[in-house]
Amino acid sequence: MIIQALAFYLFAGVTVAAGVMVIAARNPVHSVLFLILAFFNSAGLFILLGAEFLAMILVVVYVGAVAVLFLFVVMMLDINFVEMRHGFLQYLPVGALVAIILLTELVLLFGAWVVTPVALQTMQRPIPAVEEVTNTHALGQVLYTDYFYLFQASGLILLVAMIGAIVLTLRQREGVRRQSIPTQLARRHEDSLEIKDVPTGSGI
Amino acid sequence: MDNFWDGFLLPAGIIVAQILLIVVPLLVAVAYLTYAERKVIAAMQMRLGPNVVGPFGLLQPIADGLKLLMKETIIPSGANRIVFLAAPMLTFILSLVAWAVIPFDYGMVLADINVGILYLFAISSLGVYGVVMAGWASNSKYPFLGALRSAAQMVSYEVSIGFVMITVLLLVGSLNLSDIVLAQQGGFWQWHWLPLLPMFVIFFISALAETNRAPFDLPEAEAELVAGYFSEYSSMSFGLFFLGEYANMILMSASTVILFLGGWLPPVDIAPFTWIPGPIWFCLKIALVLFGFLWVRATFPRYRYDQLMRLGWKVFLPFSLFWVVLTAGVLLAFDLVP
Repeated sequence: MIIQALAFYLFAGVTVAAGVMVIAARNPVHSVLFLILAFFNSAGLFILLGAEFLAMILVVVYVGAVAVLFLFVVMMLDINFVEMRHGFLQYLPVGALVAIILLTELVLLFGAWVVTPVALQTMQRPIPAVEEVTNTHALGQVLYTDYFYLFQASGLILLVAMIGAIVLTLRQREGVRRQSIPTQLARRHEDSLEIKDVPTGSGI
Repeated sequence: MDNFWDGFLLPAGIIVAQILLIVVPLLVAVAYLTYAERKVIAAMQMRLGPNVVGPFGLLQPIADGLKLLMKETIIPSGANRIVFLAAPMLTFILSLVAWAVIPFDYGMVLADINVGILYLFAISSLGVYGVVMAGWASNSKYPFLGALRSAAQMVSYEVSIGFVMITVLLLVGSLNLSDIVLAQQGGFWQWHWLPLLPMFVIFFISALAETNRAPFDLPEAEAELVAGYFSEYSSMSFGLFFLGEYANMILMSASTVILFLGGWLPPVDIAPFTWIPGPIWFCLKIALVLFGFLWVRATFPRYRYDQLMRLGWKVFLPFSLFWVVLTAGVLLAFDLVP
């Protein structure tokens, strides 16, 4: 038990510290690296909760794909770091407002559990015990049955977002020499190469 | 105090011993993989390969390792020191931690977790960070270009690897690696390579791309980028990259073997074959896949970058997506869902 508690405080502490460093680090690349550290430790927290599937998905999706693209873009930015720090205080009120709203929501949520036991009961759906079914199966059973339409809807929203991004960035540039793969594959040895026997001392 | 010994120290000691039992043979295997690579390619090019140090050149990897250890570690003055030093460590650590879930025989696995294959996928998708961090922290043109190439390449091929894993999962119905192997019982023809032959090929090619091996070794294309993302590294920091890359190759071969070639199972379920213990079969199969890696390197020229991207996104991705749907459809139609 004590080891679990220690692990929890380790993961939680590193997550919070890394989160602070994301906004405190001077170099944006370091910020992204701290963000990755925070993701990673949240995955550790999920594992402590017994939600191993969510932990792995968090690592695969956020660390393995999203953060790589973040890093990819941030690495290539050419920013004057001093100038960027300059506007920091300007955005502080907005950030503080968002933080206060999030905090209020969390307080309301947990407050409801404490005040009304009914809310607690509705929250506790009959989830099968960990011994009976792995949490991958458990998630699948809920997600693809009860919430099937919502799942499909979220998929469609993502599809629309993807198409939107493609439409925004797709442009046909003039004067670009593109390789046509079918033409390339259709080329034969005989079309492009001719072997001639050249007699010594004379040209072709 | 009794509880402390039985409850914590003893299990911890056993786990450390098990980890050493995996890591030490793995590092020896990495050393001799470099030797095997040089010998195999030499044989294919009708050369002799390393044959001076020790009998048949067998001590060559040790000599190479010692040479790297003795050299001076140079950190470029423009480099970002911490990230520069963290990158090779990260590569090396990631190539080792994935071995925690690899089953060498029935029950012979360090951590038999339920989401083993996802763990493997997660760790292999993290491999790109070592490369990207090294390229950025070197603060130099060639490493940076190598890192950019590598980031785009590894993300692209991960997508098709993910779909290949999903098709295997559809056949097995479990994310546990031991279950995946056990689902292939019954000899050579029951292994997944046959029903999923196109996926097997895609997985092998994507594994080449994921480990930055020829013909997809653009991140370290020596003709264009000096040595790619580790141009600025010297001594043992370079050595760690090298070890990490080769350990990753062995890891990808091991996952190929588990997913498609029946893991530790013997190819024929009759007497002389079943006498040989599982781990030996497992290692033999890994060696077979690794030979494929080396063979490909000696045979094919390097891809051009746009062709590499085309292969990943326009060929492998649609095809593997189609095959996922097809497999799911067939399993449902014939009521074969496990």
